[in-house]
Amino acid sequence: MSGIVQDKKYRNRQKIKDRFITAFIGIFAFVWMVPILWTFWTSLRPYQDIIEKGVFSRPDTLNLNNYAEAYRQMEIWGYLKNSFLVAIPAVVLTLFFGSLLAFVVTRYSFRFNLYLLLLFTAGNLLPVQLVYAPLFKMYIWIGDLVGNRNLLYDSYLGLILVHVALQVGFATFVMSSYMKTIPKEISESAMVDGASVFRHYWNVILPLLRPPLAALSVLMTTWIYNEFFWAIVLIKSDSKRPITSALGRLQGEYVTDFNLLAAGAIMAALPTLIIFFILKRQFVSGLTLGSTKG
Amino acid sequence: MTTTATRDKSRRRRAFTRGDRFTLAMFVGVPSALHIVWVWIPAIATIGLSFTYWNGVALSDIKWAGLANYDTIFTASPQFYHALRNNFYWLTWFTLIATPLGVLLAYQIDRKIRGHKIYESVYYIPVVLSLAVIGIIWRFMLGPAGLVQVMLGHPGIEDAIPIFGNYSINTYVILGIASWRHIGYIMLLYLAGLKSVDPSLREAAAIDGATEWQTFRKIVLPAMKPVNTIIIVITVIESLRAFDLIYIIYGTSTGWPILGMLVFQNIYGQAASMLGAAYAVILFLLSIIPIVFYLRTVFRDDVSS
Repeated sequence: MSGIVQDKKYRNRQKIKDRFITAFIGIFAFVWMVPILWTFWTSLRPYQDIIEKGVFSRPDTLNLNNYAEAYRQMEIWGYLKNSFLVAIPAVVLTLFFGSLLAFVVTRYSFRFNLYLLLLFTAGNLLPVQLVYAPLFKMYIWIGDLVGNRNLLYDSYLGLILVHVALQVGFATFVMSSYMKTIPKEISESAMVDGASVFRHYWNVILPLLRPPLAALSVLMTTWIYNEFFWAIVLIKSDSKRPITSALGRLQGEYVTDFNLLAAGAIMAALPTLIIFFILKRQFVSGLTLGSTKG
Repeated sequence: MTTTATRDKSRRRRAFTRGDRFTLAMFVGVPSALHIVWVWIPAIATIGLSFTYWNGVALSDIKWAGLANYDTIFTASPQFYHALRNNFYWLTWFTLIATPLGVLLAYQIDRKIRGHKIYESVYYIPVVLSLAVIGIIWRFMLGPAGLVQVMLGHPGIEDAIPIFGNYSINTYVILGIASWRHIGYIMLLYLAGLKSVDPSLREAAAIDGATEWQTFRKIVLPAMKPVNTIIIVITVIESLRAFDLIYIIYGTSTGWPILGMLVFQNIYGQAASMLGAAYAVILFLLSIIPIVFYLRTVFRDDVSS
């Protein structure tokens, strides 16, 4: 009897505590959003309004003029296009290479499989600064060798390849963990049927890899889109810059006109925000596949 | 690659045709070659270059320097110790405050408190933003005429108080901004791990009268051991690699020096010297421990099987 009473008391206490925690997390969440909401708010107001009446004033007008203006003056679209021209081929190539490696590593037991995976994963974790200087030299050197200095340096191709080289380990790792859950019998029947290695990969394995491919493509698109270091060191011409590294320059140029800058920043953030909200499930499963091994 | 494939052929039940052997060699060879040539060879070259004098232009100018670069860093570069200290602050703050906060948040959200779906998204939004955007957003908060400035009673651009340039507070400001992103990241990783913890374990603990804290410490934490290791390692690696945010806020290493920034400044552009390579190697040596831990956790099953 007393046990039940105690239980009830305990539950009531827990309920009060839960309400407290919920309120706290709610307030915390609001604080979390303030910087973004504030930037958005700033982006909706005319510059003149703020200069005359101060930042906290009640706005006379709220409109999207800053966006139109930023779009035109900052040439946001050009930079966004650059970002996609780098991110999309890089993701496709990374996933293609990753699926090839995952296929071989899990379906054919070579002795070096594990070492290969180790090497790739370790490479992915290296500080990028350790790689930069010789790679830069190599890009110039290869460019001079073929008579086009901008073959790899200051070109989309060079930026794409460095992303692929660094990210392919993670993609391989995620896909090979996933493939371990696919029964081996499927592969064995393909081998018995006398399918070539290529057909085995293309017709049997690749279709089965759809879930990790979807998850990884979402995750990696945002990673590469947001990547910063390589974009500033490998791209020299402003017209070829991806949006993230271009923002650095725009920030200096529009330092006083912060409504315009706010609109530019929101536009730069939109693609990843849209991807996140539409494909949240894939996004989360991509992260967890990689970090907790399924 | 082909030779290994050939050697393995004899051990297999079914011999590969020549076409298959070629396909396999390409499947492994092309990505591996790209990875090795683009990542490992430059990494090793940087280690070698850290023992030389070179301005990064003509290969014939490379001169052996022995340990001179390291000597300069350790004995004549106060910025190095400054940076080391800042990286250490970053690491301590992330390990003791930001990461536990993310874990706690994940634990509470996993209990399906009211509105947990919304909170999950809200806390995660900063993670999908690029650091360039984050830098601008926080400038609107803390820079001249920013929200915080107005709230502190300095609404004008001219009478703004320096926040990023104030050495007594900028460490906290930077770590706060970095946490804004890190906490959500850790939360999501942990949340995914928590979903795999058997809920009946927790129910049993609750029936036995365990408090929430006891359940967390005695049931959840032990069940999450691999995730815990990965989160700690990610925290350490991120703390060492930190670069973007500092670059966006300061552009140079004078405002708040950090190792990643020192490498960049000494190795990039006109003033390149192999001092930067030596800094990179120091950064690498510091990263080896967490990298090995990560590999050991992640590949443990494969090695034993």
